[in-house]
Amino acid sequence: MSLSLDDVRRIADLARIALSDDEAAGVHAKLASIFGLVDELLAIPTDGVEPMAHAQSIALPLRDDAVTERDERQAYQRVAPATDAGLYLVPKVIE
Amino acid sequence: MTAPDTVTAQAAALARGDCSSVELTQRALDRIASMQSLNAFITVDTEGALAQAREADAARVRGTAGPLAGIPIAHKDVLMTAGLRTTCGSRMLADFVSPYDAHVVGLLKRAGTVLVGKTNMDEFAMGSSNENSHFGPVRNPWNRSLVPGGSSGGSAAAVAAGIVAGATGTDTGGSIRQPASFTGITGLKPTYGLCSRYGLVAFASSLDTPGVFAHSAHDCALLLTAMAGHDERDSTSLSHAQEDYARDIDASPSDAHKPLAGVRIGLPREYFASGVESEVAGVVDQALGTMRSLGATLVEIGLPTVRHSVPAYYVIAPAEASSNLSRFDGVRYGYRARDYRDLDDMYRRTRAEAFGEEVKRRILVGTYVLSHGYYDAYYLKAQQVRRLIADDFRRAFAEVDFIAGPVAPTPAFAIGDRRDDPVQMYLGDIFTIAANLTGIPALSLPAGFTRDGRPVGLQLQASYLRESALLAAAHRFQQATDWHARRPDLARVAGA
Repeated sequence: MSLSLDDVRRIADLARIALSDDEAAGVHAKLASIFGLVDELLAIPTDGVEPMAHAQSIALPLRDDAVTERDERQAYQRVAPATDAGLYLVPKVIE
Repeated sequence: MTAPDTVTAQAAALARGDCSSVELTQRALDRIASMQSLNAFITVDTEGALAQAREADAARVRGTAGPLAGIPIAHKDVLMTAGLRTTCGSRMLADFVSPYDAHVVGLLKRAGTVLVGKTNMDEFAMGSSNENSHFGPVRNPWNRSLVPGGSSGGSAAAVAAGIVAGATGTDTGGSIRQPASFTGITGLKPTYGLCSRYGLVAFASSLDTPGVFAHSAHDCALLLTAMAGHDERDSTSLSHAQEDYARDIDASPSDAHKPLAGVRIGLPREYFASGVESEVAGVVDQALGTMRSLGATLVEIGLPTVRHSVPAYYVIAPAEASSNLSRFDGVRYGYRARDYRDLDDMYRRTRAEAFGEEVKRRILVGTYVLSHGYYDAYYLKAQQVRRLIADDFRRAFAEVDFIAGPVAPTPAFAIGDRRDDPVQMYLGDIFTIAANLTGIPALSLPAGFTRDGRPVGLQLQASYLRESALLAAAHRFQQATDWHARRPDLARVAGA
C-alpha cells in the first residue's frame, strides 16, 4: 500500500498536528520509508491467528464501586495553561 | 580509598558506618556538576537530595533505615516525581511539575533511596540514541562523540560515569537494554506487569516496562526487589507475591566450578544469521563460551517469526502512542501555543510546536494504522504477528531456560550518524523488541569491548517472572568475568 501526500495531510488533520505544505513533503518521504518497512507484514499468513493485544492474558480486575480518590483538583490544575474558578479555559467555541 | 560506586558496596559501606549518605549524595551532586558535558540530567534536586540524605542518615541512627537507605539514585524523566519537573524530554512538558509520585518512585523512596535528579531521554521515550531530546543529546561516557543509546540514555550514562550507582529506566522496545549495552553496564527489563506503570507517562501501554540500570546483576536484584509489587492503580499490574530477587544469587550453586551446570541456553539461529557487526558477534561468541565453561549447555533453537518483530512493533507502538499522546492538547497540562485562531487551531499549533519530529512521525504512523480502512490490514495484522512471535518464544522456553544473543547489531554509533534515517534507527531494535511484544524479562550484561573501546552487551531473556533465575545466571557470569567492573576514564569525561 502506498501512502500519498493527501494521506499525510489527512492523518495530520486527524492527529491535530498543524503541517505546512513545505513540511508535508518531507514528512511524506519519511513516512513512506517507514511503511516500506512495515508493509512486510502484509505478506505474512495469519489466517485464524487470535490477535494479541496484550502481553498477559489476564482479565481486567474489578474493584468495589466505592469512592477511593480524593479531590485533587487544585493540585492537578496548578499545571494547566489557563484555569479560572476550577475550570479549564479554552478559546470560545460557541458565539 | 576509592569511594564505593555500586549499590551493593554503598549499602555495605553505609551499614558499616564507613561513610554517610550525605557524603555519598554530595559526591553524586559534585559528579553531576563536573560531568555536565554528558548532558545526562535534565533536572538536579540538590537541596531535596541532601535533605533526603540527612533523613536517611538519621533513620540509620534510629535503626529504622530501609534496605537501600541513603543510596543516591536517579530516575528517568518519564517517571513522575512529586514536586519535581517531569519533562519526558519534551518541549510539551518542559515546565511540568509532577503532582504525584509514580508507584515505583514511591517504592524506591520508601526503601530509603535518595533522588538526586531526573535523567535525559529521547522525547516520550521514542528513540534509540537519545538524540530526540528537547534538552539535547546525551553523550556516552566511554567516548563523548558516541550516543549512549536510548531512550533511557541519561540514566545509562549517569550509572556508567559513576554519578549514581543505580537508576531507573523504562523499556518499551529496548530502551533499557540497548543503552546498557552501549555504556557497559547491566540493565534489566522485568516481566511486563511486575513493576507498576502508575505515574509512568504512557508511550505504548501494552509494552512500557519500568526497570533498572546498575553495574552488576546483584545491584539490579536489590533495586528490583524494592520496586516490584502489585499496584491496584495499574490495571495490568500482576498479583505476584513479593520476592527477594537476590535469592538465587545468594544461594550457593551445588558445583562452585560449574555454577551454571544444568542450565540450558538457547541460541536462536535467526539472531546469529546475519546483520550483526563482526566485532559484536565476536564478543557475544566469547561470552557464550564463558557460559559454557561455567557449565551451561548451549542449544541451537529457532524463532522463525522474530524477524517480523520490527515491522509489528512499528505498527503497534505508534498506534498506542497516537492514542496515549492525544492527551497533550494544551488544555490540561503542558505547553500551549501562543497564537491561534480557535480551539481546533490551538490543538494543532500546540502539538505541532511542542512535539519533536520523531514523536510527530510516530503519532502520524499510529493515526494511519488505526484509521478507517487500514485498521485490519495493519493494526490487527501486527497483533496477529505479535501472537506468532509470542508462540515462538513459548515453544522455545519449553526446551531452554534462557535465550541468549546480541542486544543490538552494532555497538554505540556516532552522534548524528542515523539521525535522518528513522528506518535504519528502527532496524537496530531487532533483538530487543520481541521481549516487549511478548512481555518476558530480559537483561543486558557487559560482555566485552570492540577494539576501539566501545562496550558490547550480551542479552539474556527468560520466561515470565523468572527474574530471580535470570539475575542469578548473569551474576554467575559476572563472578567469572570483570567486564562489569570496567569503568570509563572519568578524568577524561570530567575534563573540558
